[in-house]
Amino acid sequence: MADAVLTAAGVEDREAAIASRRRLISRIVIYGLLGLISIIYIVPFLVVFLNSFRTNEEIGQLGLISLPRSFRLDAWPTAWSDFCIGGQCDGVARYFWNSVAMVIPATIISTALGAINGYILSKWKFPGSEIVFGFMLLGVFMPGQIALLPWAFTLGQLGLSNSVYGLILVHCIQGLSFTTLFFRNYYVSVPDDLLKAARIDGAGFWRIFWKIMIPLSPPIIIVTVIWQFTGIWNEYLFGVVLNSGSNQPITAALVALSMSGTSVRTYDVMSAAVLIGALPPLLVYFFGGKYFVRGLTQGAIK
Amino acid sequence: MASLTIRNLRKSFGVVEVLKGVDLEANTGEFIALVGPSGCGKSTLLAMIAGLETVTSGEIYIGDRLVNSVQPKDRDIAMVFQSYALYPTMTVKENMAFGMESRGVPKAEQEKTIARVAALLQIEPFLKRKPGQLSGGQRQRVAMGRALVRDPALFLFDEPLSNLDAKLRVDMRTEIKKLHQRIGKTTIYVTHDQVEAMTLASRIAVMHQGEVQQFADPDTVYNRPANVFVAGFMGSPSMNFIDAEITSSGGAPTVNFPLSGGGVASLALHNGVAGRAPSKKVILGIRPEHLSRQSANNSGKQGFATMSAPVEVVEPTGAETMAVLKFGDREVVGRFSPDEAPKTGENMPLAVDMTRACLFDPATTRLI
Repeated sequence: MADAVLTAAGVEDREAAIASRRRLISRIVIYGLLGLISIIYIVPFLVVFLNSFRTNEEIGQLGLISLPRSFRLDAWPTAWSDFCIGGQCDGVARYFWNSVAMVIPATIISTALGAINGYILSKWKFPGSEIVFGFMLLGVFMPGQIALLPWAFTLGQLGLSNSVYGLILVHCIQGLSFTTLFFRNYYVSVPDDLLKAARIDGAGFWRIFWKIMIPLSPPIIIVTVIWQFTGIWNEYLFGVVLNSGSNQPITAALVALSMSGTSVRTYDVMSAAVLIGALPPLLVYFFGGKYFVRGLTQGAIK
Repeated sequence: MASLTIRNLRKSFGVVEVLKGVDLEANTGEFIALVGPSGCGKSTLLAMIAGLETVTSGEIYIGDRLVNSVQPKDRDIAMVFQSYALYPTMTVKENMAFGMESRGVPKAEQEKTIARVAALLQIEPFLKRKPGQLSGGQRQRVAMGRALVRDPALFLFDEPLSNLDAKLRVDMRTEIKKLHQRIGKTTIYVTHDQVEAMTLASRIAVMHQGEVQQFADPDTVYNRPANVFVAGFMGSPSMNFIDAEITSSGGAPTVNFPLSGGGVASLALHNGVAGRAPSKKVILGIRPEHLSRQSANNSGKQGFATMSAPVEVVEPTGAETMAVLKFGDREVVGRFSPDEAPKTGENMPLAVDMTRACLFDPATTRLI
């Protein structure tokens, strides 16, 4: 009897040892693959990052991809305020501030409108509201270039051609389908009984929105703000087509910069300029990324 | 004085008519239970009283004011939901204050009211907590607290206990009864649980397929059910129904049905009920507790009829023993005290309390 127990224990030990070795191997494979993929993602960024500190001569001699032999910060202030783009020699600063002036109001307005739309389409349904929602969803799948000509015409009529305000309007409207979809799907999981209770408690449309829906919304607000901010900041097509010269956002300016007609390519300054252009969305992801993932997986009521 | 009067109320969703002409009234201080199986329209009726559903036709009066098109907030009602519907981002105190804030009640008065209601429901320790930090029973109390701060003309409860476990449900049922006795507010209480309806209500409206089948006090609903549906719905185990025939040859009328051995059971009727039957054929309804073992106490006694039937299954529950008996090809459930419980296979001599038996007309299923 005692023997049998011992043998059984021995077999269990051996099986446990095999299982743990198998788990170790699978861990190594998983982390190896993850590491490799991370390197593939990070290398281009690293190249640009390092080049922004190398001298242009060194880049010319050793090529774009190489470990730095020199370290200087000159390229950054040059890119920010001195470099010539399209004949104007005051760097990317102006375009950077254009983008800031565009992205902040456009993000706030499109998120706010999305919240109200989502609230109405999930909690104050009216005859035909599903059809309205269906049409708004179309915007999610519609490529931006389809709207280019209509926008050019509309902005012309409104007198907003070639202005940052024009781009704000464009991004508010273009972003509406996404923000509405986000909020609508989030608010669907808020129980209707809450709104019924609030109505009996004497709250109306706006009081329910401010006091009950918005306090439940931080996760989806964070998701939407990050989504809109990075989307609008990185957007290039509308910026380059609808605006020109000093009114372009930084994405369009970077392309103009790389096409500046001088004979020598200034890779160091270009690298710095690209990084300046990429910094805000990177920072947003850096600080908000974990809330983004959390918000995407979280329902309204825990 | 009536706190609530409903006249010929109808509700249709598209072509589906879910309420087919409901009449109801609640006197001040009454506790009315709306009971019925799911889909009978009881929750829709409550939502219409609350103003959360529109009225297709008919009239709803709260007090003597017609409220058909009055907003929920202006109906002077308070409601407790099955899901409690507590505002998850607010503390218990904020939950209770929300309605008063909406109505612009002064802060000092809000504080006083919350303190009074919190003491009444013993929820003072949780006032600063959020609903997510409370147990089911505590949330239930808070939901009632939120309704109680209103001092409304009408309390509406929508299956408030069905999310609680069995033990807590019984405790809270008693609490609700105590609370109603203490504050004496007119209450409309929706439930699918006939025990809740029986224990709490001063009058019960039994609903089925969008119609009120019977609206009466619990005793009448239980002992003189208006039709076969009410008789079968109220009571657990439910009433036994037996197809039977009345004969009155040679004096006293009896109700007869075949037994399995080829014999016929012949139970004496009383009180001239036989004369009211529109035809010879009837449905005999006997509640499980009105069957008992023949003994010196009951056999030959006025109102008791005797017969015997084979026992199929015996199910002891401790306090009482259920037994399935064969009446002909029909299974009948009896409820016996453990000391007179039958054994499986026994041909049990029975005494049937015919004073409590019900006869139904098979054509209309109505009580005769």
